[in-house]
Amino acid sequence: MQAYIIRRLLALLPTLFFASLIVFVSMRLIPGDVIDLMLAQNDIVTTQDRARIEAALGLDQPVMSQYFDWVGGVLQGDLGRSLWQNTPVVDQLWATMPITFELGLLALIVALSVAIPIGIYSAIRQDSAGDYVARSFSLVMLAVPSFWLGTLVMVFPSVWWRWSPPLEYVRFFDDPIANLSHMIVPAILLGLSMSAVTMRMTRTMMLEVMRQDYIRTARAKGVSEHLTIVRHALRNGLIPVVTLIGLQAPLLIGGAVILEQIFVVPGMGLLLLEAVFQRDYPVISGIFLIVGVGVLLINLLVDLSYGFLDPKVRHQ
Amino acid sequence: MSFLKRLWRDKKLGAIGGLIFLLFLFCGVFADFLAPFGENETDLSVRLLAPGWDYLLGTDHLGRDVLSRVLIGAQLSMVVGFLAAGLATVISIIIGVVSGYFGGRIDMLIQRFVDAWMTFPDLVLLIVVVSIVGPGMPQIIIILGCLYGIAGSRIVRGSVITVKESMYTHAAQSMGASTMRILVRHIVPNVMPVVIVLFTTRVGATILAEAGLSFLGLGVPPPAPTWGSMLSGTGRTYMYMGPWLALAPGLCLTIVVYAINVYGDALRDLLDPRMRGVR
Repeated sequence: MQAYIIRRLLALLPTLFFASLIVFVSMRLIPGDVIDLMLAQNDIVTTQDRARIEAALGLDQPVMSQYFDWVGGVLQGDLGRSLWQNTPVVDQLWATMPITFELGLLALIVALSVAIPIGIYSAIRQDSAGDYVARSFSLVMLAVPSFWLGTLVMVFPSVWWRWSPPLEYVRFFDDPIANLSHMIVPAILLGLSMSAVTMRMTRTMMLEVMRQDYIRTARAKGVSEHLTIVRHALRNGLIPVVTLIGLQAPLLIGGAVILEQIFVVPGMGLLLLEAVFQRDYPVISGIFLIVGVGVLLINLLVDLSYGFLDPKVRHQ
Repeated sequence: MSFLKRLWRDKKLGAIGGLIFLLFLFCGVFADFLAPFGENETDLSVRLLAPGWDYLLGTDHLGRDVLSRVLIGAQLSMVVGFLAAGLATVISIIIGVVSGYFGGRIDMLIQRFVDAWMTFPDLVLLIVVVSIVGPGMPQIIIILGCLYGIAGSRIVRGSVITVKESMYTHAAQSMGASTMRILVRHIVPNVMPVVIVLFTTRVGATILAEAGLSFLGLGVPPPAPTWGSMLSGTGRTYMYMGPWLALAPGLCLTIVVYAINVYGDALRDLLDPRMRGVR
C-alpha cells in the first residue's frame, strides 16, 4: 500500500506542473489593452496606477522569474492581493471555499442517495418498466441545463403558490436550519444533474458483476438473492462508482458556479463571477489554481481509496 | 442508405433523436424566413403578452416576439455547436494522432498536459478564458473548440493506439510507406467511426456550454437572443409576470441536447461496437 501511495504521489507531480503552467500562462495572456480597460472601468488614469497594476499582476519582470516568483509565493500560501479590495486572495478563498464545499457535499449526498439505489434496482430488474423509466430519466437529466432547472424552481413556485426558495445566506454554525433550508435547493439540483451519470455507471457495473462466475456460485450454493446482491454484487460493483465521484468533481464545481449565482450562495463560484466582471485577475487566477489543485487532490484521494477497496489495483 | 435503415430498425430512439435534431437544424438554417417578427423588434404596446394566436410563444418585457427569438437562438446555437464541435474534432484528431502514433516521450508530455487541462472544470476554464479574451461569438467558438478538442483527444488517442498495432499498419510500415502516408491513409480513416461519434456528442456539449456561458452573461453578447441569455439578465425579473419566458429557451435546449445525446449513443453502438456502454 505504501509503495502504491508513493507511486500515485509521484505521478501527480508532472500534472501539477502542467496545471500550474496553464494557470500561469493564462494570466500572462491578458492583453495590455485589458489593463487600460480595467483602469477606465474604475476611473483610474494615472501612470502610477498602471504601474501598480502591472506590478500586482507581476507583468513588470521577465517571464521565467515571474513564474518562479509566483510558484514560490503559492507554495508559501501567497496568492497575491485582490486588485480592488486589496485583501489577500487567500483570505477570500478561505471565506468562500467552505461554502462551496458544503454545497458540493450536500449535492454528492443527494446524487448518491438517488443514483445508487435506482441504479441497482435498474440492473436487477433489467428491461423492466422501472428500468426503462430510470434510464429515460437519467438521459433527460443529462440534457437539462441546471441553470434552467434553477430558473424554473425560482419562477414557478412563486407564480403558483407565492413561495420561492430562500436566497439569504446564513452561516451553518449560526443557524443550521436556516443554512440548510437555503442550501438544500441548489444542492438537490446539483445532485440530480450529477446522479444521471452515476446511475448509468452503477447500472452498468452491477450488470457486469451479476454476470460473473462468483455470483453464479453464490446462487448455486443456495445463498438468498438478497444476500447475493448485498454481499457479493454490491461490494464489487460499487468500487468503480467511487472513481466516478472523482471524475465528477470538476462537474460538481462547474455546476456550483451557476447554482451559486442563481441562489446567491456566497461561495467560490460567486466570487469567481464577481472577480471576472471586475477583471480582478489575482482573484481569478487564485480560484483557477485552487480549483485545479482541489480536483487533483480529490482524484488522488479517490485513487488511494480505490487501492484500499480493491487489492488488485495496488499491485498493478 | 443501409446505415439509415439499420439506424431506424435497431435504434428507434436514436433515429427519432436524429430526426428531432434535423428539425432544429432546419429551423436554425431557415430561422430568418420562419421568424414572424424581427428578433430584436421591440413594441412596447404588446409587452408581456401570454402565448396566443398573434404571438405563438408570447412576448417579452420589451414586446419582442419570443418565437422569433427562440428561432434565431436555434440558429446561433447551431452555428456555435457545429463550428466549435468541428474545431474541437480537428484538434482532437491532431493531438490524438500525434500522441497515440508517436508514443514515447512525446506521448508522455502531451498526456500529462491533457491530464492537467482536464483537471479544470469546463465551466471554470471557460469563465477564466472569457475573462481574458472577452465575450463574443468568434472567441466563444474558438475557446469551446480548444476546450473540448483537448479533452476529446484522449478518445482519439486510444483508438489510434489500437489501429497502430493492426496488421495493415505494420504491413504499410514494413513496405516502407512514409509516416505521413500511414497517418493519412491508414490511421485517420480507421479512427473515423470514433471521430464521428465524438463530433456528434460534442455538438450537444458545446451548445450546452455556450448556453451556460450566455446565462452567466459571458457568452455571445446581447442583444443576440441566445437561449442561455434569454433566461438571464433583466428578463429574469419579468418571468414572474410572464412565466412563459422561462419555458421556451430551456425546453429547446433540453430537447436538442437530449436528441443529440440519444442519436450519438445510437451512432456509437452502430459504428463502434467496442465503445458500447461507454460514456
